Amino acid sequence: MTDHILRVSGLTKRFGGLVAVDNVSFEVAPGEVFALIGPNGAGKTTLFNCITGMYKPTLGRVDFLGRDLTGSPPHRTAKAGIARTFQNIRLFEYMSALDNVRLGHHCRMHSKLWDSLFKTPFERREEEATIEHSMELLELVGLANQAESYARNLAYGQQRRLEIARALATDPKLLLLDEPAAGFTPQEKVELMDLVQVILKRGTTVFLIEHDMRVVMQASQRIVVLDHGEKIAEGSPAEVRRNQRVIEAYLGKSA
Amino acid sequence: MSRLRRFVRSSARNPNAIAYAVMLLLAISYPAMVQFATGGNGDYLVGLAADGGVYMLMAIGLNVVVGFAGLLDLGYAAFFAIGSYTYAIVASNHLGVTPLGHSLHIPFWIALFIGMFVAAGAGVLLGAPTLRLRGDYLAIVTLGFGEIVPIVFRNGGQWTGGVPGISALDVPTLPGWFQGPWIGQDFAWVPDFRFTSANLTAYYVLMMGLIVGSVFIVHNLYNSRLGRAWMAVREDETAAAASGVNTVTIKLLAFSIGAATSGFAGAFYGAKLSYVSSENFGFDVSVTVLAMVVLGGMGNIPGAMIGAAVLYFILFWLLPNAPTQVSSLATSIGLDALNKSTPNGWPGIAEEVARSKYLIFGAILVGIMLLRPQGLLPSQIRKQELKHTADTVLVSD
Repeated sequence: MTDHILRVSGLTKRFGGLVAVDNVSFEVAPGEVFALIGPNGAGKTTLFNCITGMYKPTLGRVDFLGRDLTGSPPHRTAKAGIARTFQNIRLFEYMSALDNVRLGHHCRMHSKLWDSLFKTPFERREEEATIEHSMELLELVGLANQAESYARNLAYGQQRRLEIARALATDPKLLLLDEPAAGFTPQEKVELMDLVQVILKRGTTVFLIEHDMRVVMQASQRIVVLDHGEKIAEGSPAEVRRNQRVIEAYLGKSA
Repeated sequence: MSRLRRFVRSSARNPNAIAYAVMLLLAISYPAMVQFATGGNGDYLVGLAADGGVYMLMAIGLNVVVGFAGLLDLGYAAFFAIGSYTYAIVASNHLGVTPLGHSLHIPFWIALFIGMFVAAGAGVLLGAPTLRLRGDYLAIVTLGFGEIVPIVFRNGGQWTGGVPGISALDVPTLPGWFQGPWIGQDFAWVPDFRFTSANLTAYYVLMMGLIVGSVFIVHNLYNSRLGRAWMAVREDETAAAASGVNTVTIKLLAFSIGAATSGFAGAFYGAKLSYVSSENFGFDVSVTVLAMVVLGGMGNIPGAMIGAAVLYFILFWLLPNAPTQVSSLATSIGLDALNKSTPNGWPGIAEEVARSKYLIFGAILVGIMLLRPQGLLPSQIRKQELKHTADTVLVSD
């Protein structure tokens, strides 16, 4: 088996004249928490979009579990085992929390059109199993008592956690979290860190974008720093914290 | 027994369950009711209801496309035409006059499904290149398709019968049928039964059977993983894709299931009329069905069915009969003067009403939408969405 779960090599994404991601390479090891940081506009979310297939990279390659996933459409990367959440929460607002998570199971379900048309016993059993598993996931993120609420009626923090539950429903090997702690209170951040640990124990590698340095430094084993689309540093939290280029990128060069 | 009671109690608060129950009761008692009300001359009304069933089937199908998956299809009548013509070609003497020189007489029950599959295939063919488009663009492309298909049939020369279309189609048959006092005869078992215009009740029963079957299937779809995926695509396509839904296939599926239902309805329509012509599949059919879905309650199966029943009743019974009704009303309340035309341009009330038929129709539509903006029987989700929009509008004012 390879020693990495995700390998990004020479990834470049251009929008016309703007180079959003410029020749970035790194590897994510299985079972770790890997963080991507950088100032606003550094190209972090664009990189996520390239990995999950929302964008086609201009150049470069994305390998996942030894398979070339470069430019695969999002549903295929999801099926391959990459799940994600969004920076600005994207839930199905008018579906219940439970249905949001049930939908996440879509690509792991085996009912065929025939089963759906005639509600075969197989389909019924699969739906029951899906509901049960969805309830477990809601339990995991602490939303079991909100299963019937419309997603849009949930509180902000609950919506973020529901999005994680929906992502986990696709049974991912790698979970991409785009600023999961944005707008959280210190208490909620602690709970999120606990949740990340639980997710790791379930065998899912976590790859996150985060602005809160305390969260990043505590939670992650390795960090990649982007600035203006380029990778400027990579290493353990301690190494990154001491890196001169990182300090310059965040605080500006001393005159 | 307690199980039944529990079922009844849990359904009592569910508007859809009530709607289904009421519609089923009305559908069963309808033939007897109209025969009773008209003193045995209700055959015409029973046949009218069977024709209305064609529109109801189409509304059920279009509801999958527009209501579930959120794809605006303005050329829905094209699939109706394809279903009808397919039936006409495989179940009449028509192929005998084409260069093939050998006519096909596939039995109704098989031809019905051939019509359905050919329409579904057409749905896939049209959908595959166009469903990558979003919103308005899709509407324009389907509009074009809806215009092109009848023109193709009109200009198909000997293959499609050209302008006069194809006539003398095979009628449905069954190995046997019950007759009884509901058509003014004694109870008896009729072997080798052929559906004819002399027995419209049989068509009515057949139509109801097809509708019940379609509702059963579409209802199952709605509650399956596919129904969920359609809803998700409608709400947020990007998030649905990221959650593992292949948005193109799922939209294509909605499109072709809608097309299949329409083709199914088309085949029945051809068989009942025993005649198809490109005149019957214009843009007005697409728009009427769309209005039925919107007015009834987009995304809700019984809503679309009620919408279809109400609009069909208005369009094909109320408005055609309005002139005579109004004129006899005028006579009976002593305003006979209104019935006489005058030299200054008043054509008489009956003629006046007949002329403003579509004005009245429009006023009724606007009135219903003002009173029930979410449709006659809205889906719970749509209700929430519209309520939310209304709230935001109020706030931003």
